[in-house]
Amino acid sequence: MLKARIIPCLDVRDGRVVKGINFTNLVDAGEPVAQAKLYDAEGADELCFLDISASHENRETIYDVVERTAEACFMPLTVGGGVSTIEHVRKLLLAGADKVSINTAAVANPDFVASAATKFGSQCIVVAIDAKQTSAQTWEIFTHGGRRCTGIDAVTFARQMVDFGAGEILLTSMDRDGTKQGFDLTLTRAVANAVDVPIIASGGAGTVDHLTAGIREGHASAVLAASIFHFGEISIQTAKTSMSRAGIPMRLKEKQKR
Amino acid sequence: MIGIVDYGLGNLVSVAAAVSRLDFEPTVTVNPDVLADCDKIILPGVGAFGDGMRNLAERSLIEPLRRIVVDEGKPILGICLGAQLISNASDEFGVSSGLGWIDAHCRKLTSNDPSFKVPHVGWNNLIQKKDDPIFCNIPDDALFYYVHSYYVDPSNDDLVIGECEYGSRVTSVLRYRNIYATQFHPEKSQRHGLTLLQNFLTGA
Repeated sequence: MLKARIIPCLDVRDGRVVKGINFTNLVDAGEPVAQAKLYDAEGADELCFLDISASHENRETIYDVVERTAEACFMPLTVGGGVSTIEHVRKLLLAGADKVSINTAAVANPDFVASAATKFGSQCIVVAIDAKQTSAQTWEIFTHGGRRCTGIDAVTFARQMVDFGAGEILLTSMDRDGTKQGFDLTLTRAVANAVDVPIIASGGAGTVDHLTAGIREGHASAVLAASIFHFGEISIQTAKTSMSRAGIPMRLKEKQKR
Repeated sequence: MIGIVDYGLGNLVSVAAAVSRLDFEPTVTVNPDVLADCDKIILPGVGAFGDGMRNLAERSLIEPLRRIVVDEGKPILGICLGAQLISNASDEFGVSSGLGWIDAHCRKLTSNDPSFKVPHVGWNNLIQKKDDPIFCNIPDDALFYYVHSYYVDPSNDDLVIGECEYGSRVTSVLRYRNIYATQFHPEKSQRHGLTLLQNFLTGA
């Protein structure tokens, strides 16, 4: 049976982690591979790198980060941030990414999603949607790291992206992001019920109950979180055990053979 | 030496890294002569079926691979798209012809459940249908990482040695003589994935 996934997300700028595990000692906190290894050992089901490098030149560093991570960790990797050409997608996949996440470019040029899906298969094309509530049952898409409003309806856009070949939707609530008040479950459910591809819920997770609710009430297939794991407030293993106790199928650590 | 076929679509780095980790020497190559000299071959793959075949054709790999694998019987492991390419054809983006090493067709995952999600993304149990050396030291129902929308449906069910439950029972591991194919990514499936690769490399 397919398990629900927990995906920690690391923000990477110019090849260095800027939002990641809050180490107090020993490990170089800016080193992406060191952080990836820790999450690998902790049983993360997938790892997400979000490249927030400001310039085109500095974005080149992400390929090296992905390659070094893939050499060290035998776990699934999703990489996003500034992906806007077929060449970006190809280079990330060749470097060892399993999935590539497209955000701003999907809004600016939906055909790009279609050509990337035709070329590489829908299974590796994730469309990242940043949405903000504008009325009771309406959410609009924001781009450029959430700074620019597009006036596009989030649910309609998610449907369109799936029609164009997106294989997964990474859905972030801009209202909840960073608040630790839980995912926007109404938004998550509205999108999850509108499309037949998996949804990754993001933005707002602060407790294990929030993660559970994202799957159960939000109908997401996976939950993405950053700070609660980075700051060690909750370990991935603890989260998985509690979610499993709550009845959600999870991949738990096996007991070692004697 | 383990040949990893470079046809421009695979996650070559991950596969090569996994092979190195297991103390085998990977060589990522597009050269059929090099592949012919390798002890075993891995056909990786992240991509769409039609493009996979087009890339193999553009690199003039189709005929040499057939000779090396089908005629000469060199052991090969196809992973994900690489597992699908060995079929006759796939329905992905219209019907495309495959390598045709086994009599099989790649079909889209389906279910009657309205909440069914495709692609199948994440960790799912591998149900071992048959005893095979490739499963050595891997417990039944162990979890592997899948990310796919299509699956291999062979005309002869006996070729399916492992399955997973997604909508219905779908092919997870297939074996035909010297040919192994896994729908999941062993190179992304942590400990059990590495064990499976090791079983292939050491002579399964």
